[in-house]
Amino acid sequence: MPKSSTQKTEKAIEELSYEEALAELEEIVSALESEQNQLEESIKLFERGQALAARCGVLLEAAQLKVKQVAGDDVLPFEEESE
Amino acid sequence: MQPTLFSTQQWTVSRLTFYIRKLLEENEILQDVWVQGEISNLSRPASGHVYFTLKDSSAALKCVMWKTSASRLGIALQDGMEVEVHGRIGIYEVSGQYQLYADQIRSVGEGALYQEFLRLKSMLEAEGLFAPERKRPIPAFPHKIGIVTSATGAALRDMLNTLRRRLPLVEVILAPSPVQGTEAPPALVKALQSPILQSSDVIILARGGGSIEDLWAFNDERVVRAVAMSAVPVICGVGHETDFTLSDFAADLRAPTPTAAAELATQITIQDLAATVSNLQSRLFSATLNLVAEKKTALSSLRAQLRYVSPDRRIQSEHQRVDDLARRAFSSLYHHTQLQFAHVKGMQKRLEALSPLAVLARGYAVVTRKDDGSVVSRVAQASDEMKVRVSDGEFEVKHSR
Repeated sequence: MPKSSTQKTEKAIEELSYEEALAELEEIVSALESEQNQLEESIKLFERGQALAARCGVLLEAAQLKVKQVAGDDVLPFEEESE
Repeated sequence: MQPTLFSTQQWTVSRLTFYIRKLLEENEILQDVWVQGEISNLSRPASGHVYFTLKDSSAALKCVMWKTSASRLGIALQDGMEVEVHGRIGIYEVSGQYQLYADQIRSVGEGALYQEFLRLKSMLEAEGLFAPERKRPIPAFPHKIGIVTSATGAALRDMLNTLRRRLPLVEVILAPSPVQGTEAPPALVKALQSPILQSSDVIILARGGGSIEDLWAFNDERVVRAVAMSAVPVICGVGHETDFTLSDFAADLRAPTPTAAAELATQITIQDLAATVSNLQSRLFSATLNLVAEKKTALSSLRAQLRYVSPDRRIQSEHQRVDDLARRAFSSLYHHTQLQFAHVKGMQKRLEALSPLAVLARGYAVVTRKDDGSVVSRVAQASDEMKVRVSDGEFEVKHSR
């Protein structure tokens, strides 16, 4: 992975959405699989990859369906009837 | 008219009934009729067959529907219900009664609706609204799913439960709309065209099961066109498996039920996502382990190379050279020494031959004065005390005059 892009995408992990975390994880894995990296750089990538995988896991665990309702030009939260 | 007393043809009741039956059954119109009337005297005995009378203001028709047809009926029959019945006219010979053997019953209006359905379908089909090449793929992993359905129906609850189970990461935007009655078609169109809904990744248009009249809004030309024109792919899940509406044909994907529509909208489930993450995680591990192993291999091969070019070898060979030289130096020195030794030995022998001591051995002696050590070779030189040297040593003598 080129250094500049690592730096560019290096947002705080707990702020990443699932898609962002997954995309970066995929990028890191293929970088580790295909490119020759400095050992130190590789270890950093590995650690970030681990953290990203954990972030994805947390987001999947915590995911809750968000339901909104169109009301004219607005969107309001939708209250489901309880059974 | 007077009866013919002596007819040539003798009839029995059975033969006559059989004859009438043949007449009726050979008539094509009577074998394939739709009859409209009101149901009365409805009876459903344990046999499962259904008996009723179809009547209007001035006539009545006995009807029977066998169990196999009755079990396929889409509507619940009731006395007083205005229906259209399809079947064939036959004779029940036991009571000499003609009756309608029914195989289909539909509510009045359904027939007209069906005609309208076929007319609209062929018209829109001719326009190319249902063409396969118009169908767009449904995104495999949507972020936003738009739903157009009744806010209060079981269909919505089923869909939300399905989405919650399969992909709770998704955001649902509901555009509620009545799904039956005259207000339904314009409301459905408005919901489908809502800009907020059109910003989603896929739209589900859904309604739970019902009669053909209940589902009719989904055959409305305005609704069908709105489905076809949607900028976002539409999945249509209206009614049950066997119900087809024109919206189904116009949609990018037809689902047999609302629940199935929610499933088709979420091809990738949260289980798939979790599997993807753990797969990536194990690839992350093995890639890193491989990398470290590679580095180790590279290191040990460098080490081997380093050993090869190491000055150790040079030093060893220098050692050997030094040893060699030392050995050669020693042996040459030894040789030289031996030569010298032999030479000295020879000189010694010659010296010995010349030595005055050899004369002494023959019995001569050397006399020296004790006081000054000078040799006495003449009598005048003799002193009182002198030393006499013989071959094996010396002794002193006193001179007596």
